[in-house]
Amino acid sequence: MTLLSVQNLHAYYKTEAYGISRTVRAVDGVSFDLFPNEIYGVAGESSCGKTTLIKVISGSIRPPLKAIEGSVNYNFGDYQADMLKISQEELRRNIRWKRISYVMQGSMSVLNPVRKVIKTFQDIVDTHERITDKKEFLEKTRAHINRLGLPTDVLNAYPHQLSGGMRQRVAIALATVFQPALIIADEPTTALDVVVQRGVLHMIKDIQAASKNTVLLVTHDMAVHANVADRVMIMYAGRIVEEAPTEVIFNTPLHPYTQHLINSLPMIGEKSMKASLKGSPPNLADPPTGCRFHPRCPYVMDECRTVVPELVSVKERHRVACHLVKEASL
Amino acid sequence: MSTSPKLLDVQHVTVEFHIGGLLGGALLTAVNDVSFSLESDKPEIFTLAGESGSGKTTLSRLLLRDLEPTKGKVLFEGRDVSTIRKRSEFIEFIKKVQPVFQNPFETFSPLRRVEAYLFDTVKNFRMASNRREAAGIVDDALRSVGLSLDEVRQRYPHELSGGQIQRVSVARALISQPKLILADEPVSMVDASLRMEIVNLFQKLRDERGVSVIYITHDLATAYYISDRIAIMLRGYIVESGPVEDVLERPAHPYTQLLKESVPEPTPSKRESWAKHIELGVTEIKEYGRIGCKFAGRCPKVMDICRQADPPDVQVGRQTVKCYLYSEHVEKTEAGTQP
Repeated sequence: MTLLSVQNLHAYYKTEAYGISRTVRAVDGVSFDLFPNEIYGVAGESSCGKTTLIKVISGSIRPPLKAIEGSVNYNFGDYQADMLKISQEELRRNIRWKRISYVMQGSMSVLNPVRKVIKTFQDIVDTHERITDKKEFLEKTRAHINRLGLPTDVLNAYPHQLSGGMRQRVAIALATVFQPALIIADEPTTALDVVVQRGVLHMIKDIQAASKNTVLLVTHDMAVHANVADRVMIMYAGRIVEEAPTEVIFNTPLHPYTQHLINSLPMIGEKSMKASLKGSPPNLADPPTGCRFHPRCPYVMDECRTVVPELVSVKERHRVACHLVKEASL
Repeated sequence: MSTSPKLLDVQHVTVEFHIGGLLGGALLTAVNDVSFSLESDKPEIFTLAGESGSGKTTLSRLLLRDLEPTKGKVLFEGRDVSTIRKRSEFIEFIKKVQPVFQNPFETFSPLRRVEAYLFDTVKNFRMASNRREAAGIVDDALRSVGLSLDEVRQRYPHELSGGQIQRVSVARALISQPKLILADEPVSMVDASLRMEIVNLFQKLRDERGVSVIYITHDLATAYYISDRIAIMLRGYIVESGPVEDVLERPAHPYTQLLKESVPEPTPSKRESWAKHIELGVTEIKEYGRIGCKFAGRCPKVMDICRQADPPDVQVGRQTVKCYLYSEHVEKTEAGTQP
């Protein structure tokens, strides 16, 4: 059973001002499946389309963003939804927070700075499931907070009184009040230091292990994926370049971009020279023809400049979009 | 041993901030009795590492004379920087100590061409008498970061990539031929595929131009990769310092051990040690106010004495460690070496 099936998704930002129209192809032909009970990592640099992809699959498509082509279908078991056709009312009532929730990067902007944490819980629960018995709500919230290993004191604190790591964990607690089937975590630990990052990621892993739901973890930090994700997808300039189970992608990366990402990571205990890729990430308003990585690729061939490489399965659960790999496997 | 004054000598510096309202409020010690020095004849990359709120940035503001220490002294080439009063003296000082900031897109105004900043710097330091001479200096600085004036001319910040614009930022700092560059988180806003080019650039500057770099970061992996020495900060204190290989390969302080263990390794087969559960602090203010060792609340090897007084600085091998665990050990070795 698949939880989410994304097929050939194209989502562009279309703007028009003074007669000049501009199209930014942020997501350009992306297909993947999410299964229950897994942590799926999405990696890529800034402006590779990670955030746009999340917007589309969470149903937050607002102009100038437009889904041009493709399909995004959810199967929650008792409830099916087509994200590209669903009404705002239905999204609000049946999906947001109950089945799909979202953990963002800056937890300070999620929590209301002038209200105690418990009030924020109250607002969210009341919006989705009318609180009739306040005592019961308080008890349930305390139990939820305890289950996640947080002290109940945090409920009576204002956000600024908490440390960055604790705030982020409160944001995760908020995102999991309704036991959603899918938790989307967008760079949840980017602003945190390593020790706190470790604590927050442990919490995400524990929640996932306990409730057997799906976590979509978006971060540019490959080392985080190595430690947390079950499967990893690498995006480059709006397309998937490689997708495989974590072990496979780190041990036998096939796409030159993935290879670079993994080989250029500095590690404690190893001082060998690490190089940067030449050039810079492409402008998505005017992406290169053929393979979008070709201007920076060390193994570029003529074919790469004109023909778009398809994402093909090279092994079970291992997909790569590269002309080099396709030839080797034939 | 050289007799010339040290390039930078930070002596027992303390910075206190008053937080809260007029009445009540609290004293927050952001930097607490910190000492370190850089030699003038041996350029090196010195890393200040630590989590957010550990005092790294306060310390860097102190070194740029943006802030006065409550206690202690900062000597640059033998001169106490707090005695710099005249503008001309300040210009002489800032010529030799130049900053590079975290986010290059905030360093440069989006409405100005980037080269304007480079020419302004030449003008402010009165380094050239005419435009052509200035262009030569600017081009020279850009070339040492792998760019050229022709590539940058007439471009606005958004027309350059994150890596390029950060290199322009470094080039700007190089114009006045500084002896010391203070780089506060210079790569954290730069894309992963371009990050290493900035990091390698600092190494090149050290080796080819003899510039010392104070690299402020929370990323221990890049710190290990480029630096010669490292100081680990926690709540205003330097808890451990020494050659980077010693400190990060064989950390002595329990906090450094926790830090090192928490750096996720890009190797899925080594997941287990990272997955071990840890204690996190609830609030930051509590740790600042703690008497004795600031790490005592989270330390797995905490002893009674840790909660009573500040631990001493102890020499363990080539590193200096602020921890009671090693103070006994030092008494023994001292006794042993005495004739």
